[in-house]
Amino acid sequence: MSIDTSKVATTNSTAAIASKPNRAGALAEWADDRLGLATLAKKNLRKVFPDHWSFMLGEIALWSFVVLLLSGVFLSLWFTPSMGETTYEGTYAQLRGIQMSEAYASALRLSFDVRGGLLMRQIHHWAAMLFVGSMMIHLLRVFFTGAHRKPRELNWAIGALLLLLGTLEGFTGYSLPDDLLSGTGIRAADGFLKSQPVIGTYMSFLLFGGEFPGDQIIPRLFIIHVLLIPGLLLALITAHMLLLVYHKHTQWPGPGRTEQNVVGFPMLPVYAAKAGGFFFIVFGTTALMGGLLSINPVWKFGPYDPSKVTAGSQPDWYMGWPDGALRIMPNIETHIWHHTISWNVLLPIIVLPSAMFGLLLMLPFIEAWITGDKRDHHLLQRPRNAPTRTAFMVSLITMYGLFWAAGGNDIIAIRLHLSINQITYFMRAAVFIGPAIAFFITKRWCISLQRKDNEDVLHGYETGIIMRSPEGGYSERHLPLSEERAYKLTARDRDPDVLGELEGGPDANGVEPHGGLAARLAGVRHRLRKLMYADNVQKPTVHELDEGHHHAEHEHELQAPMEGHAADGHQFDGHHLVEGEKLRADD
Amino acid sequence: MSDDHNHLPELPGDDALDAHTGHGGELVPEEPIANPGLPEHEWRPTDVDPNAEKRAERQVAGLFALSAVCAVLFVVSYFAFQINGGGGGQTVDTVFGLGASNVALGASLGFALLFIGIGLIQWARKLMSDHEIVEMRHPARSSDEDRAETLRVLDLGVEESGITRRPLIRNSLLGAVGILLAPAVVMLKDLGKTNAQIEANPPYPGAGLEHTVWDTGMRVVRDVVGTPIRPGDLEIGDLLNAEPEIVFEVGDDGKPVLEGVSLQVAKSKGAVVLVRMDPDDNKPGPGRENWAVDGILCYSKICTHVGCPISLNERKTHHLLCPCHQSTFDLADAAKVVFGPAARPLPQLPLMVNDEGYLVAQSDFKEPVGPSYWERDSQQSTSK
Repeated sequence: MSIDTSKVATTNSTAAIASKPNRAGALAEWADDRLGLATLAKKNLRKVFPDHWSFMLGEIALWSFVVLLLSGVFLSLWFTPSMGETTYEGTYAQLRGIQMSEAYASALRLSFDVRGGLLMRQIHHWAAMLFVGSMMIHLLRVFFTGAHRKPRELNWAIGALLLLLGTLEGFTGYSLPDDLLSGTGIRAADGFLKSQPVIGTYMSFLLFGGEFPGDQIIPRLFIIHVLLIPGLLLALITAHMLLLVYHKHTQWPGPGRTEQNVVGFPMLPVYAAKAGGFFFIVFGTTALMGGLLSINPVWKFGPYDPSKVTAGSQPDWYMGWPDGALRIMPNIETHIWHHTISWNVLLPIIVLPSAMFGLLLMLPFIEAWITGDKRDHHLLQRPRNAPTRTAFMVSLITMYGLFWAAGGNDIIAIRLHLSINQITYFMRAAVFIGPAIAFFITKRWCISLQRKDNEDVLHGYETGIIMRSPEGGYSERHLPLSEERAYKLTARDRDPDVLGELEGGPDANGVEPHGGLAARLAGVRHRLRKLMYADNVQKPTVHELDEGHHHAEHEHELQAPMEGHAADGHQFDGHHLVEGEKLRADD
Repeated sequence: MSDDHNHLPELPGDDALDAHTGHGGELVPEEPIANPGLPEHEWRPTDVDPNAEKRAERQVAGLFALSAVCAVLFVVSYFAFQINGGGGGQTVDTVFGLGASNVALGASLGFALLFIGIGLIQWARKLMSDHEIVEMRHPARSSDEDRAETLRVLDLGVEESGITRRPLIRNSLLGAVGILLAPAVVMLKDLGKTNAQIEANPPYPGAGLEHTVWDTGMRVVRDVVGTPIRPGDLEIGDLLNAEPEIVFEVGDDGKPVLEGVSLQVAKSKGAVVLVRMDPDDNKPGPGRENWAVDGILCYSKICTHVGCPISLNERKTHHLLCPCHQSTFDLADAAKVVFGPAARPLPQLPLMVNDEGYLVAQSDFKEPVGPSYWERDSQQSTSK
């Protein structure tokens, strides 16, 4: 570059020293005299954060939570959490004279009589959608890139809890206005509680303050929604962030990045500006959505009436997958010794989500047991370099998606003019077969991509230039990857050679198994390790790379007369410019 | 950097994994390509060109100014647009069929916030130093000295407390704290009366899971309007939403007999559907031959799956479809489940005609209405 950069500053500041005798300095001294924050601050103000777009997904969750807090406080100033009966005489003409609960009437008041009330209702609901959705996508990003491995397993567990609590928070929240749609969901929830053996009726009667619907459920959901769960969420989010700061963020492998460092930009000023700016962007986007996109128009649903329902009733999207499981479940119920066990409700709504959540929580620990990997990991993995893990999560996503589609089976039947019976039967099989197919396809795809990466490293990238040899044969010109790119493709671990391991070999702690259960577990672990590693493609060894280079050099010799001409392939890597050059060598 | 990582146990055929990808930081023979180190810094136009820098500054400041304008627009919109059209005779302001206040407030607030965010990020990207900085990590674990020291002070503290030497104190403390769970749990008992308590002392008619408000001679009335029904009002294929009469009844004092909780509970169990079919199509359940009147049958509207009210009538097949999870009941066959996740048929209300010619119930339902629960003894159900 011909630009003189010698006079350009390498930082943006002329260093400010703490003994500046101005107001801000005096205030900081006053505070530090009492709080001693300088020790903490000195380490963290310039903390380094690596830069990648996928690291912002968790931020969306964080900032949408803040938006929820702000909009929620606003709503709570007008919302009446009471099921007391009232006759509506407010401004929404279509509901005048109708009996409804105070809660529903206050939701109508917020929507029609409070300026900005409908906006805040909609911001709140859209932010809730963003909150749960971004948590899920953030979870997927973390899992696919291996950021859940040691030392971040606990942070993963906290995150799984956040997802669960966020879902419950959303459910309690949209049930508060006591409208017909959400009330139907509460009715179903009562059915879920009642289905549980032994404790079912007690749970139902205790929660509802007597028989369904009673007059206690809305006030109780209100307190759960504005106090109990937000308190838990705040505590867990704080723990989640503290761990992130302590462990420092993970980073992608690349030039200059190692397991021992973190390369990026400092908190002050860059990330303070970027993260702070992103808060405004999330808030602004949610506000635009609240202003322009209608959501939860409770006045159209009417107040909750246990004798009424609307066709096409659906819970909010994040409750869709258990609802789908509930719909496709065969109608099995057992009557035994004067009691009833409702498997048809228990299994899809209680057992399945608990099992899924438990699995989710335990994933890092299960993976650590299988791999036996006890090292700290701060460099991320590309999903293709952990084919079995990636395929496993894709099959989970497939199962989730199929259950979710089953939750909308009536909408699908109506829109696509299909038989709902057939959709249901199809889904019963699909939720098992689909994930299996997805696993297989994903794993093979990842391994294919690994092969392609190796080809690129060994033989260079395809330039699209076709060469013709004197004998008349055609071949494509390959050029070597840049050093940075080649390094990125090989900056990963080699997998252990599982095929060389003995079946009854030592376990994750190096202990030889004895006894029936230990030996069976060791066998399971061995099979899982084979599944995890046996088919993967490893990066080239030094020897293979040398061979590849020799081969490339040989080719370059043959093509040396072409160098410097247009269409030598180097027009794409900046070796020379091509304006004014003719493409054909003989012009 | 000290190597604080635990090594993998030596699995057969394993290449010392620790030596790859910089876990030790050094270049080792297995590593095909060495870490090329941080790339050279690339200057941005705003770093080298003062005009570009000034332009970027103006951009950022401009964005902040736009945001301020939008904030002002918000305040203006707040007062300018009407939202409720009732009472005072004003009309609701609309724009393109949307509520003007909501759109204006949302758009102005949205852009006010967005412009600040975009401005901040542009500032960071274009003007703040973008030299990559390297910070060294530390292992997550504490040092061995800290661990040893922690164990030492822990031991010291535990030793001085004497808890290990005084099992009587320890156990009695554990017992006392443990038994504190009892007051905590028991305080929640009055969250709600149990079913047994409610059935023992019914606070309103039809209390408890095993009863509804239906009673002998109670008229079946149309939902919403509350008018009684004669058999001649229904044609073959019709399905009516109906309620027990008591739901609309007004006492001598002018107040409804059922209101608030009692009304909601009554509706949640007492809602029914009346269906008329050709008497030949009907296959009554055992002992139910006289439960129908001229092909008019009455079933509970509350789905036996998880309690949604059922409302979708398939006329030709006399199937009733629940919109929640698509359980389908054949009303001509004692509401047997023909599809879907519900496991039990709908309870049937025995009908008769009173001396005024109106449809009335012979009695309450013969089995509990609604979703199943543990104590439900469906061996007494007459529908199977």
